[in-house]
Amino acid sequence: MVIHICLEWRKIAFCQCLNILDILFSVPKKFCTQTPRQSSDAWSLQTMKASREEKIYLRQKHRRTDVGTHNLHLLKKMEISVAEAEKRTGKNAVNMQETYTVYLIEMRPVDAASEGTNPVPDSLWRRYSEFELLRNYLLVTYPFLVVPPLPEKRAEFVWHKLSADNMDPDFVERRRVGLENFLLRVASHPDLSTDKIFYSFLTEENGWKETVFETGFQAKADSRLKALNATFRVKNPDKRFAEMKHYGDELQSVISQLLRVRARAADRLYGVYKVHGNYGRVFSEWSAIEKEMGDGLQSAGHHMDAYAASVDDILEEEEHYADQMKEYLFYADALRAVCRKHELTQYELEMAAQDLTSKKQQREELATGTIRTFSLKGVTSKLFGQETPEQREAKLKMLETQIEEGEELVKERNAECEEFVKSAWVDIERFKEQKDHDLREALISYAIMQISMCKKGIQVWNNAKECFSKM
Amino acid sequence: MSAGTPRSLASSGQKSIQDICHPLSAEESALSRIPDVLNPGSDLILPNGTPVDTSSPASSSSLLNRLQLDDDLDGETRDEQKYNITTEFDLPEYSVRRRYQDFDWLRNKLEESQPTHLIPPLPEKFVMKGVVDRFSEEFVETRRKALDKFLKRVADHPVLSFNEHFNAFLSAKDLNKRQGLALLTKMGESVKYVTGGYKVRARPVEFAAMGDYLDLFTQKLGTIDRIAQRIIKEQSEFLMELREYGPVYSSWSSFEEDLHDPLEGVSGCVSNCSSALEELTEDMSEDFLPVLREYVLYIESMKNVLKKRDQVQAEYETKLEAVVFREDKKTPVPSDVEKCQDRVECFNADLKADWDRWENNKRQDFRQLLTGMSNKNILYYEKCLAAWESLIPLLQDKQEAKGETN
Repeated sequence: MVIHICLEWRKIAFCQCLNILDILFSVPKKFCTQTPRQSSDAWSLQTMKASREEKIYLRQKHRRTDVGTHNLHLLKKMEISVAEAEKRTGKNAVNMQETYTVYLIEMRPVDAASEGTNPVPDSLWRRYSEFELLRNYLLVTYPFLVVPPLPEKRAEFVWHKLSADNMDPDFVERRRVGLENFLLRVASHPDLSTDKIFYSFLTEENGWKETVFETGFQAKADSRLKALNATFRVKNPDKRFAEMKHYGDELQSVISQLLRVRARAADRLYGVYKVHGNYGRVFSEWSAIEKEMGDGLQSAGHHMDAYAASVDDILEEEEHYADQMKEYLFYADALRAVCRKHELTQYELEMAAQDLTSKKQQREELATGTIRTFSLKGVTSKLFGQETPEQREAKLKMLETQIEEGEELVKERNAECEEFVKSAWVDIERFKEQKDHDLREALISYAIMQISMCKKGIQVWNNAKECFSKM
Repeated sequence: MSAGTPRSLASSGQKSIQDICHPLSAEESALSRIPDVLNPGSDLILPNGTPVDTSSPASSSSLLNRLQLDDDLDGETRDEQKYNITTEFDLPEYSVRRRYQDFDWLRNKLEESQPTHLIPPLPEKFVMKGVVDRFSEEFVETRRKALDKFLKRVADHPVLSFNEHFNAFLSAKDLNKRQGLALLTKMGESVKYVTGGYKVRARPVEFAAMGDYLDLFTQKLGTIDRIAQRIIKEQSEFLMELREYGPVYSSWSSFEEDLHDPLEGVSGCVSNCSSALEELTEDMSEDFLPVLREYVLYIESMKNVLKKRDQVQAEYETKLEAVVFREDKKTPVPSDVEKCQDRVECFNADLKADWDRWENNKRQDFRQLLTGMSNKNILYYEKCLAAWESLIPLLQDKQEAKGETN
């Protein structure tokens, strides 16, 4: 199933004057936020009926997000979107036939839209695995940044009616939206947006993979074991990072729980609404054997049917809320990755410093001839006799060199560490603000959704009540 | 609401319906009071001419009881649930205590003595031990409401309200149930001796239609009962999830700063919705389902009356046939055949009138029941709506404050 979402660029062009970050933070989500001035009722009805492009337009009209002054090189010039999804079949690495989905990435110059011309956008097709490759590259290359997450690889936290199948059209659509969100987040990040590989991801369809591998980023990746080791052994990590890591753990845990329970609740809610549909049928049958009561019953039955049917839309809206939460579930992981990297850098500094200290100690021992610590050298020298002065001299010289190198290393690592802490903390602060803003928006939208659901419920039951009163 | 055709029924004694002031049906209030002509304590005459030695207000012409049926949860008599019945009248007021089995006795007596009439049903007699707590407040209250309805319907009825068993029930200090009251009506006595086994041949269309309707109606009620139960079950399970869902937001708020208040707010909202849902399911269990079930019982008893009518007609048909068969023999027109015919006609008349009354009642009852169900649901959604609407300003509050400082 090919999903065609045509963006009307003209409408977006109207919003040129508005902060492009609007698109960034709200495009993928299907429901909109509300300004204090508008009534929730008209607003939510409006947004629910709006098509995707209208929704983008409306959102931009109403929400301004100020996340500081950022270098918006890329987004100042270009508008990015993941417009379509398509199924392809081909041979994979092991020469087997496989079916996969590709997504169309479109880039259109901002200026062109405002000039009224409608040039064909630059576009190329990418698979999910290529997005993954891009992200892995970014993770390795910018370990001090909280790298935006991708939408989930496999459908999780599903309630029964929702398919867990990756080929399911609804899943593909939600993934398309998630991928677009990812690109926009990267494109609006002050540091990530300037990355060349990212730019070529958006512009060079062929040969991009090779380009990425040529950077040799994979070699720079820290092994899991190394990272784990550092976590256990680091002695003085920056307290703030330790707290952040803990926060990341808690956030991940609580959002997982939230998504799990929400999925179960959605299941139950579906049941409640659908069973009411049975009323529709039985009222209809009953009305057939009644004289005066018949009409009222029949009409009431129709309202019960409408009530039962309304749950599908309700749960679809809720799914988008779940997607917003999932993004931050994955963001928590990215946050923890930064903290882990800090632990690693700190650990390596500590190791270098420790190494330096022990070498200095060795030098001292050698110079003064005293053996302060128990060492094999000490024992063997006792057993086999001391070394010759020439041997000692040679050793001392070697140690001096090593100490010099060691001091250089410590300086280097110290600088690295400080640099890391500085940059990472800036990005963490930026992330915190973004998170607070986004999640608050998500909660507001959730509340609006609930309000709309309640209002619909009241309406249906009032209609039914009217029918009953005419019985 | 009064009976469909206010003509005098053969079996209702000397008074015609027009002379009797009906208290209006299910509503307790809006009863018009008519002065009591008879003094309490004066001799009253029963329809069949026998004097009664108790002053029973129920059989006077101004029949307006304000029947009050209260619980009497007496700790000492735990094993006997008693109900207080207060019959308010101009004077005097009667207040008696009755147990469920007394109601049962009354109903049986009514059925015996007024077999041609539709006797309102009682709530279910047998409750499975262990499934329902027979002494829980909810159960007693549900039962009380059903018993109250029963009494009111009997008091409503132009014939049943005059029944002496009913009088005794309302006023006598002690119900002597074994007392063989030799005060059966003509009809009661005769119908009592109709034995089963006769097959009716020419059932009038209208009664056949009644029977068919009742069968179908019972089916539909059964379906509605099942649906309602299923909904309650699903709602309860949804409620269970909600009770876990709300606290998640609370625990999240505990390690957030800026988001602390919004998250707590959401948690509170979910909790409010949970309570509202709980009330909805309880209401439906207590008010909706019992009434449905009552109706099913009501219909059962009505079908029995229809069957009896068939029996009476069948007996007549058989006897008539026998007479026709014997026509050559010169016998006087058998009076018992005439009596049978009489019975059939009276039964039919009573039943038709009662049917109309029943149809009306049914319409009102179900209108009330289903409107009530709608109201309960509307109330639930209104509560939830209020909760979420009050949350919005809280959620947006900080943002505006923040926006200003930016």
